[in-house]
Amino acid sequence: MRRRARVAAGGVGPLGLGVATLWLSLIVLLPLAAIVAKSLDGGVAGLWDAISAPVAWKTLRLTLVISVIVTVLNAGFGTLIAWVLVRDEFPGKGFVNALIDLPFALPTIVASIVLLALIGDNSPIGLNLAATHTAIGIALLFVTLPFVVRSVQPVLLELDREAEEAAASLGASNPVIFRRVILPAIAPALISGAGLAFARAVGEYGSVVLISGNIPGNQVASQFIADRIETDRPATAAAMAVALLVITFVVLLVMRLFGSWSQRHEG
Amino acid sequence: MTAISAIDVNKHYGDFAALDNVSIEIPDGSLTALLGPSGSGKSTLLRVISGLEVPDTGRVLIAGEDVTALTPQKRGIGFVFQHYAAFKHMTVRDNVAFGLKIRKRPKAEISARVDELLEIVGLAGFQRRYPSQLSGGQRQRMALARALAVEPKVLLLDEPFGALDAKVREDLRTWLRRLHDEVHVTTVLVTHDQEEAMDVADRIAVLNAGRIEQIGSPRELYEEPANDFVMSFLGPVATLGGKLVRPHDLVVSLRQIEDAVPVTVERVVHLGFEVRISLRDADGEELSAQTTRGEAARLDLSEGQQVFVRPGHPAFDADVAAPAA
Repeated sequence: MRRRARVAAGGVGPLGLGVATLWLSLIVLLPLAAIVAKSLDGGVAGLWDAISAPVAWKTLRLTLVISVIVTVLNAGFGTLIAWVLVRDEFPGKGFVNALIDLPFALPTIVASIVLLALIGDNSPIGLNLAATHTAIGIALLFVTLPFVVRSVQPVLLELDREAEEAAASLGASNPVIFRRVILPAIAPALISGAGLAFARAVGEYGSVVLISGNIPGNQVASQFIADRIETDRPATAAAMAVALLVITFVVLLVMRLFGSWSQRHEG
Repeated sequence: MTAISAIDVNKHYGDFAALDNVSIEIPDGSLTALLGPSGSGKSTLLRVISGLEVPDTGRVLIAGEDVTALTPQKRGIGFVFQHYAAFKHMTVRDNVAFGLKIRKRPKAEISARVDELLEIVGLAGFQRRYPSQLSGGQRQRMALARALAVEPKVLLLDEPFGALDAKVREDLRTWLRRLHDEVHVTTVLVTHDQEEAMDVADRIAVLNAGRIEQIGSPRELYEEPANDFVMSFLGPVATLGGKLVRPHDLVVSLRQIEDAVPVTVERVVHLGFEVRISLRDADGEELSAQTTRGEAARLDLSEGQQVFVRPGHPAFDADVAAPAA
């Protein structure tokens, strides 16, 4: 049995590596390859034409602009909520903490119905935002809230309070301490959470589908894809899907690079 | 002149009195150690002086100015923490420059001052490194340079060597002493290690249960302890006839002498120059006597042997030094 490769301590060996690669290929790479192949039915030029067609382009732009705004807002407020949950004591903190995860757990279509009931045609608060960009934004704010809170919270918990005290003893005011000591420490988590929130916002379907009214001009990319499938234009759907795929992948890649860059200095 | 005064300071955490009406004066240019077991209030006192902790009642004066109502930012202090409190995302150079940048000093001045400080703490070659690339001792020296950069009126060190291993701790101790002789900034050092306090400080305040038991020079505290607590905290003690005695102040004799108590030899441990003799008295209480190699050779003790001990000093005790009859 001398030919059998020795497995280094802690390693998984060739079999483990093979299984992992196979699984990743079957579950992730194969479907992605299929969609990319589909989008290239009309060649690269066909793909470009499909994306740059006015309606497709407008949809993609709307999706990205709203996603960016939503991500920035949730980065700010998510950090604030995480801060309050970590640093402040108040009655009902456990309840609030559990509430944060609700958008994760709730089926997104339920979120859509809830929002429709609240800010739809028969709004009890007299705020009819159905079929507006704002409504889409609110739906996306709702579903992406947990990302930043949940990635920043554990980092805030582990934060070196003494570093803040050291900064204070050196004369730094509270805003300066936040900007120069706390923010750099939570930045990787913040960016990672924001990246996930953005990726989720770009691809969100369920929570938006009812409240957006699903009318052309107020559709997000995922609705556009569903619409093109229903009207039997799979190549256009595939083109939009590939656009989302590339954008999401680039965002996640940049996030990872930033994460490993900033991790080098952590002791 | 007095650099720091704490006057009638009280600090409670719930029912626990961390500081119980503590007053202390710290002379200008001194290196004072606050020494005590954990929970004695020594760190709390230091943090009250720094402004990081707000006392329930009492006042704090730094350089004659009442700073009780001031935040740490405005007190002109330098503070060093046990676990370095390094700014991990900044280089050594940026860490040290932090306080000066906040004070918006000219770039050239900051640069020159940082160079000078890195030189003093022996980190001149490390300025581009990040704290994670430094050893514990180097990190703490960086923290000291950072605190000194803003030219504080007082330097406050909270168990600065507590996280380091024994060898590094001893080196840094000597280094701090030399640094203090060079820089002359009034320094308060919190420690639970009596040897560290005796080695570094020129004054020691012994704290226990939120109160100051005694303040004095290391020698005063060792030779004239105000009470049993100070005596037992500042060095090894043996109990003889209900009284505390230093093990090296015990005379061991082979024959019955005046005031001596009969004891049994349990163990004789040779520690180089020093020889430690473990003894047990008639009530079964253990005590330990310390003697020299020569004296131990003369006594030639064996385990289980009955001998007699009394407080005193062998060198001045002709009666005992005479060979047993």
